[in-house]
Amino acid sequence: MSSLQFDIAHLLAGSLVLASFMMLYQDRLYALLNVYAVHAGVLALSVAWQAYVQQAPHLYVTALIALVFKAVIIPVALHRIIKRLGIHREIESVIGIGLTMMAGIGLVALSMVVMLRVTPGADALAREDLAFALSVVLLGLLIMVTRRNAVSQVVGFMSLENGLVLAATGAKGMPLVVEISVAFSVLIAFIVIGIFLFRIRERFDSVDVQALDRFRGERR
Amino acid sequence: MIAVALWSVAALLALVPAGIVLSTRPRGSIILYGGCLIATSTLCVTALSDLLYFPHLAPSATLPIGLPWLGAHFRLDALSAFFLVVVNLGGAAASLFALGYGQHEDSPGRVLPFYPAYLAGMNVVVLANDAFSFLVAWEFMSLTSWALVVSHHREAENVRAGYVYLLMASFGTLALLLAFGLLASGAGYDFDAIRASHPSAALTGMVVILVLLGAGSKAGLVPLHAWLPLAHPAAPSHVSGLMSGVMTKVAVYGFVRIVFDLLPEPVWWWSMVVLLVGGPTATLGVLYALMQRDIKRVLAYSTIENIGIIFTGLGLALAFKAEGLDWVAALAFTAAMLHVFNHALFKSLLFFGAGAVLAATGERDMEKLGGLIHRMPKTAFAVLVGCVAISALPPFNGFVSEWLTFQAILLSPQLPSWGLKLIIPAVGGLLALAAAFAAACFVKLYGISFLGRPRSDVAASARETDRFSLTAMLVLAAFCLVAGILPALFIDALAPVSKDMVGNIMPHQVGLQWLTIVPIAESRSSYNGLLVFLFAALCGTAAASAIHRLASDRLRRAPAWDCGYPDPNLAIQYSASSFSQPIRRVFGSVIFAAREIGEMPPPSSPLPARLRVELHDLIWDALYAPIAKAIGFATDRINILQFLTIRRYLTLVFVALIVLLLVVAL
Repeated sequence: MSSLQFDIAHLLAGSLVLASFMMLYQDRLYALLNVYAVHAGVLALSVAWQAYVQQAPHLYVTALIALVFKAVIIPVALHRIIKRLGIHREIESVIGIGLTMMAGIGLVALSMVVMLRVTPGADALAREDLAFALSVVLLGLLIMVTRRNAVSQVVGFMSLENGLVLAATGAKGMPLVVEISVAFSVLIAFIVIGIFLFRIRERFDSVDVQALDRFRGERR
Repeated sequence: MIAVALWSVAALLALVPAGIVLSTRPRGSIILYGGCLIATSTLCVTALSDLLYFPHLAPSATLPIGLPWLGAHFRLDALSAFFLVVVNLGGAAASLFALGYGQHEDSPGRVLPFYPAYLAGMNVVVLANDAFSFLVAWEFMSLTSWALVVSHHREAENVRAGYVYLLMASFGTLALLLAFGLLASGAGYDFDAIRASHPSAALTGMVVILVLLGAGSKAGLVPLHAWLPLAHPAAPSHVSGLMSGVMTKVAVYGFVRIVFDLLPEPVWWWSMVVLLVGGPTATLGVLYALMQRDIKRVLAYSTIENIGIIFTGLGLALAFKAEGLDWVAALAFTAAMLHVFNHALFKSLLFFGAGAVLAATGERDMEKLGGLIHRMPKTAFAVLVGCVAISALPPFNGFVSEWLTFQAILLSPQLPSWGLKLIIPAVGGLLALAAAFAAACFVKLYGISFLGRPRSDVAASARETDRFSLTAMLVLAAFCLVAGILPALFIDALAPVSKDMVGNIMPHQVGLQWLTIVPIAESRSSYNGLLVFLFAALCGTAAASAIHRLASDRLRRAPAWDCGYPDPNLAIQYSASSFSQPIRRVFGSVIFAAREIGEMPPPSSPLPARLRVELHDLIWDALYAPIAKAIGFATDRINILQFLTIRRYLTLVFVALIVLLLVVAL
């Protein structure tokens, strides 16, 4: 592998982490969705680059799936959901941008240390790739933990899944079946969550998960 | 041989779905118990012929079930054959008894499907030749017996019994699982591979302790006995008989199989542990039994005593084997195995008797019984035989096995190690005490329940039980007598087992004059049950006929002597509590923290004065109650986790992940 190929792969994976960071501090839902679309687009690019580098044509399929489903269909669908729920003007109080960003930086550092320590035998590209993928997963989890709105939790979950796809393509020889099944499971999760969003909304007039907690608190 | 055995087990399992169907039919229980009787009899005869004629053949079989790369291994060596005889003799007797007794069952759907499954489970434990099949069958046996324990689930007491039993059974299986895990670490799960491996001394020591915990909790060794007196009486009586008479023996089998067979040569301290548990178990078990008023509970506690005797025998065998005295080890081991057989006989018999009394009167409380010998003479006779046998009186079988155990104890001065030399006589003392208490206990059980005058209307109107139940009891009583007067046959039949397990056998007994048994040498000791029996029978008949001939043989009825009190109240008879009061006063104040509280009503109050007796199970208070309290405390604290918000759960997962990653990173 030439150093240029390595650098580009590195750049794309790094951009994915950067996009995750951008999602961390978006407090408007539309903006969050737009960044998510960018996130998925970068993922598609990164996977396509891996396909080119590894001479693995089936990865192009994965890239296409990522582009069509994650960068287009899911953001558009979520846009419509937000519009129909009428929450596009809601501003989410994130815990505090500075604190969240610091936590995110810590997580990235942690995933670097972990990955560099546990994979000394693997080749350099896979190591870097896995470290970035783990950062993306952890950042996705962080988004889920710090948000209160159910829609943004869904977006956090989707970005987490992007991290998984990145990890899967970085490792050579991952069969296509696995990737397709992961993509489909995410799609199904998305549908289920979408339905749930409307059910929650129907019952509580809000998709703020605190409403659920209040409800449980009363029943206890 | 083994094919016949496995097919019979399969037949038992096939009876399980039949039991579900049959439980709704009016005559269903007869068909089901008849099927069980046939299957267990086949197994019993197969195993017996294997033990007597082909003990060294040890056929094995592998079935393609269980773990995919392992399969299920079965083997029928002498030890398995002997325990199969015990299990299926008890099973056949219980099935025969249940042909009559099962008709009294109110909810047969809760008993019939589980009964054959339970029998099959016990058989598979004994036949299994790999750790996986053994543990699965063991747990199957535990679960089916648990289902039978809670079959009368409307009574709160039974539900509690089932709960405690389930907990202790899980604990026991866990201990066995760990033991097999340690054993299999070097060899794999197949018993043949484990036998061939050479585990280290530390590992075998841990295995012995774990097996003692696992098999001991199922057998009822003190202090792991707490579930036994709750669970055994709660089941229907024929199942109680099986649990006490047979399932505890399956636990003994587990212990013998692992410690004597799978592990390498014993070390002296193993025997120390076993003896220090076995002796106190015997004495404490029977002391508990003496304090009880419930017939089935007395019997359950007495099972603990007998398990103590068996484990003492096994401990002696380990001690002598570890010190190289093979021939004494064979004596102690044979004594223990003989007691296994004997106890299965008379404990089943006594539980059946208790079941017959329960069916006739609806009472288990001795204070409400009495005078049953007039109403149920045949049952009374069978139970009398059982009581004499379990009290270890000649010429019945209990005496033989306990006497042999004492013969081994008397040889303890030949041991080189001082620790064992000091401990074994002390354990012998405990056993002697237990034997005396057992006699008192069964005099009380028989005297209060069957003699005297009825203490309640139900006892006064009891009816003799049905002929199936009577046949089962009388057959067992006959076995007790035969094993008592012809012990030589049984000792010789056990020779291959002893040869396999301790590497030596007792001297051959059959062929000695008058069927005497001579465990060591004629100059030391010998016993002849046949002569004792003939002498006792002759003397008794002669005395009775002499009295009838020479004195008046007319039947006379006169008022019973009432200690000078003219009150005709039936409560003035000896009661179960008053019979055991002296022993309670001497031992109970220390062992049970017993207190007698006299409650005097204030003057001019019409209330009667009352004497209340308070007994505490100190082992329960000191060992089980704190554990239960600690677990309750912890679960109360952890319970908060059930009511967190979604975000908190997510955060918990997240934090856990971060912590684990940090552990990896640092």
